[in-house]
Amino acid sequence: MPPIIDHKKCNGCQGREESFCEEACPGDLLYVGSDGKAHCHAQRDCWDCMSCVKMCPRNAIETRIPYQLGYHKARLMPIMGKNSITWKCTDINGETVTYKYRNRLEIADEQGGSS
Amino acid sequence: MPHMADNPLTLDAVETVHVTCDVLIIGGGNAGCFSAVEAAKLDPTRKIVIMEKAQILRSGACSAGMDAINTYIPEGKTPEDLVRWCRSQVGGGPIREDLALSNARELNESVDDLERWGLPILRDAEGKIRYRGAWDISIHGEQLKPIMAEKAIESGAVIYNRVACTQLLMEGERCVGALGFGVRDGKFYVFHAKATINATGGAAGLYKSYTADATDSHHQIWMCPYCVGTGYAVGIRQGAEMTSMEQRWVATRTKDFCGPVDTISVGYKAPIINAKGERIMQTRYAHLGGDKAPRYIRANAPMEEWLAGRGPTYCDTRGMEPELAKQMMTDYLNERPSFVLFLASRGQDPVKEPIEIYGSDPYIVGGHTQSGFWVGLDRMTTVPGLFAAGETAGGNPNKFVGGCAAEGKLALRGAFAYMQGLTLAEPDEAQIEAEKARIYGPLLRGADFDGLTAVEMEERLQRLMDEYAGGTSQFYRTNEERLDYALKHIAMLRSQTVYLKAANLHDLMSVHEVVDRIDVAEVLCHHLKFRKETRWQGWQTRSDYPEIDPAYDCHVESRRDMATGAIETFTRPYEQIVSGDRYKP
Repeated sequence: MPPIIDHKKCNGCQGREESFCEEACPGDLLYVGSDGKAHCHAQRDCWDCMSCVKMCPRNAIETRIPYQLGYHKARLMPIMGKNSITWKCTDINGETVTYKYRNRLEIADEQGGSS
Repeated sequence: MPHMADNPLTLDAVETVHVTCDVLIIGGGNAGCFSAVEAAKLDPTRKIVIMEKAQILRSGACSAGMDAINTYIPEGKTPEDLVRWCRSQVGGGPIREDLALSNARELNESVDDLERWGLPILRDAEGKIRYRGAWDISIHGEQLKPIMAEKAIESGAVIYNRVACTQLLMEGERCVGALGFGVRDGKFYVFHAKATINATGGAAGLYKSYTADATDSHHQIWMCPYCVGTGYAVGIRQGAEMTSMEQRWVATRTKDFCGPVDTISVGYKAPIINAKGERIMQTRYAHLGGDKAPRYIRANAPMEEWLAGRGPTYCDTRGMEPELAKQMMTDYLNERPSFVLFLASRGQDPVKEPIEIYGSDPYIVGGHTQSGFWVGLDRMTTVPGLFAAGETAGGNPNKFVGGCAAEGKLALRGAFAYMQGLTLAEPDEAQIEAEKARIYGPLLRGADFDGLTAVEMEERLQRLMDEYAGGTSQFYRTNEERLDYALKHIAMLRSQTVYLKAANLHDLMSVHEVVDRIDVAEVLCHHLKFRKETRWQGWQTRSDYPEIDPAYDCHVESRRDMATGAIETFTRPYEQIVSGDRYKP
């Protein structure tokens, strides 16, 4: 069901031609409305790929599994680091698990450069 | 790019953008990005243009990420060995062994490119690549798409994001580019190119997903729902020969969230069990190879259990070491992170409860099965100037990420060779104007127009295909009469596309997507109708012809008659090039 956008946090990526979430969505589903906030054209059309969630600099977006498929309420949030990603997942019973791993190689190092 | 433009009031108010280039790449995905990089390597003076419906940094099937590269030839194995495995996975074929072999020879170098560009490929303590099965290797591919896209951008290709392709531009029989529109800026685009590489991805959403009736989960499917078959449709409309469209990709997927299962069953050796706890592959499919049975057998097995009254079916992850379970969740976070969220929304710990599995809705994806354009070794389709790579190119299954990358390079080389000394005439204005009118028509019907929305027609098509052309609700079965019924209604749907209307530019994209889906669905039904046997249960099941018939040990082909619009079907012979037992890896 896809992106739930917290309009208290969202500023529509003011100053950018296209907001980060608009840029990220492979389905052209997100847009910044005349209120200056991000919106989704059609909840039903989201693939739950979470690209927008990863890209949002203000942590204003979360993906929610449609209730018809999953119970209320679980949460999964990514924190994008340099060459790594950390995910924090909380299930419907309040159990939280954290995952962190490398998502990019240090190319400068690999090629003998310094960092 | 600014926010969505206002609707034009008239056709004349639509601005036309003309772009001329050497090679046009339709779709900046896995294959398309590799085509662009290869072009810069071979001849950086050539002008390469990518037209992309989304934004290439996160577009298409790889947008969510990837947890494995399914084919990488290990030390001691050869490209021929990979073709043998590939052939056995599709029940001995028939496959295009010439294509498969040429792809296999490019494969490892293409995967190595990805690692050089920054993709983490998991290695053991000695630095050796970690295999999770016989051919597939584990990656942390969360950034796979941005990594490929950044290289395409660096290559100097000119990228037109948010431009949806709707038609090929033709010069007589020859393809000389493509036409489309900006889904944000609303402009009409004319790309005039010496050669065109069609790399749009496959077709999802031809069939109804079993979760589609839930309000907010129409797109809870495995394949990227924004890959709608436009690549096939634009070729079909110009009379390109299509191959093996009846070989649909159906896969075992996690239930209620159509997520990958190989991650668990291959990567973590979790057996597939039925409601009674029986190990299905070992007890019922031992004679076909058990866990190593051909892919369509494994895909269909859980559905057969349901049909026989032995569902639900599971991947038995119980008792898994917690450290391994965490690795498995990490794999999911790399490929479909929301599956981890789904498990959390069920309060489910896979170490204690097995993961439920079920069959997916069927897709046409030539990077997985072998449906797509009939191409030569240079990846040119039967339309001169039109090349295909990745999911659009047929005959050559099990390409996956590495193979689509390799094919992107091959198609580019083919395109470069083709356009040597080629000069083009001025583009045909009548054709361009006709397409412009077709594109914007649904936006210009007026507020009072009593018509149809794209969603209405899409859902009608998807239910029709599900029930009559072998969807999930029918356990993938179809027969002659149902296919005739489907074709009759597809013709009615096509005649009703004149009633489609769009509220805005995003909606206009959806309208053209459903038109494309109808064209692909029609060809698919003709292929299913022609193959009067059941060669790949699940992928292609005819309840009226339940056995394999040696008479169909050939490629089923089709072509649209450009004069009448009718789809003609015919065959091409299978040629075995790689020695050995076709049914064994």
